[in-house]
Amino acid sequence: MDFLTTNAPILIVAIPLVAAFIIPLLGQKGDGVRNGFTLTIFGLTSFLVAVLAVNVHDVGIRIYAFGAAAADLAVPQGFIVPVRIIFEVDAMSMFMGIIVTTVTLAALIYSLHFLKGQTGQARFYSLMMLLYVGMMGLAFTGDMFNLFVFLEIASISGAALAAYRTNLADAVEGGFKYIVISAISALLVLFAIGILYSEYNVLSIAAIAHFIQYTHLDMIALGLLGAAFAMKLAGVPLHMWAPDTYTVAPAGSTPMILAASYMSMYALYRVTFTIYGGFIDTGAIGWAVIIVGLLSMFVGVMMAVHQTDIKRMMAYHAISQGGYMLLGLGVGLAVIANPAALEAYGRDAMNGGIFHIINHVFYKALLFMAAEAIFFRIGTRDTNKMGGLARNMKWTTGFYIIGALAIAGIPPFNGFASKLLIYESVLKFNPILAIVAMFVSLVTLASFAKVFYSAFTGPPMPAHKEVKEVPKSMIVGMSILAVLIIFFGLFPGLIVDTIVAPATNALISHASYINAVMGAVP
Amino acid sequence: MQSVPANFPFLASALLIGIAFYIILFKRNLIKLIMGIAMLASGVNLFIVALGYRAGGNAPIYTNVPPGPMVLSVPQALTLTSIVINVAVLALMLTMVIHIYRHTGDVDSEKSRKLKG
Repeated sequence: MDFLTTNAPILIVAIPLVAAFIIPLLGQKGDGVRNGFTLTIFGLTSFLVAVLAVNVHDVGIRIYAFGAAAADLAVPQGFIVPVRIIFEVDAMSMFMGIIVTTVTLAALIYSLHFLKGQTGQARFYSLMMLLYVGMMGLAFTGDMFNLFVFLEIASISGAALAAYRTNLADAVEGGFKYIVISAISALLVLFAIGILYSEYNVLSIAAIAHFIQYTHLDMIALGLLGAAFAMKLAGVPLHMWAPDTYTVAPAGSTPMILAASYMSMYALYRVTFTIYGGFIDTGAIGWAVIIVGLLSMFVGVMMAVHQTDIKRMMAYHAISQGGYMLLGLGVGLAVIANPAALEAYGRDAMNGGIFHIINHVFYKALLFMAAEAIFFRIGTRDTNKMGGLARNMKWTTGFYIIGALAIAGIPPFNGFASKLLIYESVLKFNPILAIVAMFVSLVTLASFAKVFYSAFTGPPMPAHKEVKEVPKSMIVGMSILAVLIIFFGLFPGLIVDTIVAPATNALISHASYINAVMGAVP
Repeated sequence: MQSVPANFPFLASALLIGIAFYIILFKRNLIKLIMGIAMLASGVNLFIVALGYRAGGNAPIYTNVPPGPMVLSVPQALTLTSIVINVAVLALMLTMVIHIYRHTGDVDSEKSRKLKG
């Protein structure tokens, strides 16, 4: 067990990485062998994630230094800066790790039947594992350069997954937009890393945060990093790729690409809170995040209302919900230098923003899967061509209702818990922001109700009279998420205390992140 | 080394990045767009590799090393990694453009648009 807990950070990334290249080979032996192998490997990885999560919860920040005499020896004897590649896992990294692992598990099970009989399945699973590696690496990495490397791994595999159905012209187009945006943003990140390296001669996030002087060059680097990550997380006005890519990506991979965009949000928080968290005037940075959040919320929902493509509508809602997270964290960042305001509402706002990430990924993944289940059966995403599907697709209808109520913030589903936290705390910060947030939530409910009526109720369309429920593995994949949504909605206090609040603390107390690596400095 | 000003490589990389952004924003041909991204990558790589230059330093190769300080090889290692990654990105982008061309018969970004709104 000791061996497992010590080496879990590297094993979680290494095992799926190796498996990604074995999967195509096993594909030659038959579909059953390959699917069994993929599920076994991923089950093992999920177990390691659970072990590491418990460990991080108990002992705090975990360090893994590559090739060091001891895994937690970040700064070797005789050096004053870390010279090795380091994985640094704190509560926030682990929180994102849990989200990514759960969504990947559900997507993997969902895909078993979804892909049945299609060509290129081995490559699909292989890319899925690579996307998982990219996301987990992004969560765990302790140095800026590997942040770039894992960002690129996630981008390349995500774009290839989005364009998986190359027989459809729109799929390739959506994938192409994603890779162009990803390539540009990753190069901006690399440029900013170069600027930071030129000033401080270190790449470790903790060491940069330790030495940073907040010069003008640092502000340019922050601007580049902020723009790059805002582009990747689909914040308005840099959101144009998201509706296209989410719409065309096959169901199993849409939730994972969604999770990948929240990994960019995590990277944004890591940079703003950990590296620039000690800056005297974080108010301006916080307000910049809040404004992007407000724009995303409002523009996203307004664009969603009139969509007739069901996945496109959900994609615009994903942009809009991303705004809530930015709003909550932005409020926290704006008041981080003011302890009284931080205790009064800043911490709650951040709890809400972080809690909303996990809630949103779960219900939006469920909604995307339900939409793709309809596409799987009737071959169209146009809501005007659907009708009366509730008669024959009872499970899918049920999952859609759960997801729609959760996204609209109706109790007892999880969206309500996190949105309430955001409303209450943001109201104390600035009432106008809270009013906009509530208004957006109402429009969200209206737009999902509209789609529900046109797709699921009423008389069945003549073309879809014989439509059947989707196969079992797809239902199992969706029910994992549905159960979690209801569980999170019923016991929000438990979830906030065990995983959300530690993540918030990890972001606020950037000194502990620095000391975990630089602590041994004489 | 007096003939070349010390910050000449940085000016060159700024010029490359500027031209690359012009191409990415204003050119409609998808192949040109990819060329723009390749130029952006070259500009960033040049910037990082120029950071690693130290006047009078030796290459960090330990056989037959002349006396004097060695340069730290981190920027070179970063640039190599970044070049390899960018080859993968460009290859994937070109593959997708071939698929787009097969579907629409055009590589003009305005004419090959299926997704709108």
